[in-house]
Amino acid sequence: MIRIQAEPFDPGAELAGFAARAPGAGAIASFTGLVRNDSDGSEVTALELEHYPALTEKTVATIGEDARARFDLADLAIIHRHGAMAPGEPIVFVAAAATHRRAAFDAVDYVMDRLKTEAPFWKRERGPEGARWIEARSVDLEDRARWG
Amino acid sequence: MARLLFFGRLRDSIGTGALTAALPDHVRDTETLRSWLGARHPDLRDSSVRIAVNAELAPGNAAVADEDEIAFLPPMSGG
Repeated sequence: MIRIQAEPFDPGAELAGFAARAPGAGAIASFTGLVRNDSDGSEVTALELEHYPALTEKTVATIGEDARARFDLADLAIIHRHGAMAPGEPIVFVAAAATHRRAAFDAVDYVMDRLKTEAPFWKRERGPEGARWIEARSVDLEDRARWG
Repeated sequence: MARLLFFGRLRDSIGTGALTAALPDHVRDTETLRSWLGARHPDLRDSSVRIAVNAELAPGNAAVADEDEIAFLPPMSGG
């Protein structure tokens, strides 16, 4: 299940729904990314997430397919928001169901590393000092490189 | 007319997220397009800026035509 949406979502409800759809899985791992309220010491009052819809859908679908091909998964869910959001709100949710925990952990980690560096989203943080664009950090690229 | 899209910080530095342009005759691929637009907008020459033609990432030098949608993508920050 892949959703790209502007609307907020409830990660707890999403995880419960995901678990209900994967009754045979022995392991479910999930990750929820939240809007931070502080960025390098500067207060963040709002986040805007711009994207390129025609490319976003395809890229996220490819990342999901690659994860399913690479890890032994029973199911995979990816939800990614765009638009305006407030600190504390969920931005991204990834859940993987598998027979054993390692595949589930690794798949979630892999999907997040690829989303951060390859999905066409651009973050702009707003704060008391104005707005600034956030780009992938070198540590994000190093994380992505772990998977080849 | 080609439709040009600019995302992230490029939208601010170019001053718009989208514009239409008639490509000159010598602009027939992403490299010549980059140098043509880069004369006015040097940000577009940065190698970290990727180009997508008709919503397909174009690694290397890809052909462009006057009816294409061509997007300039600075380093992404999803997740």
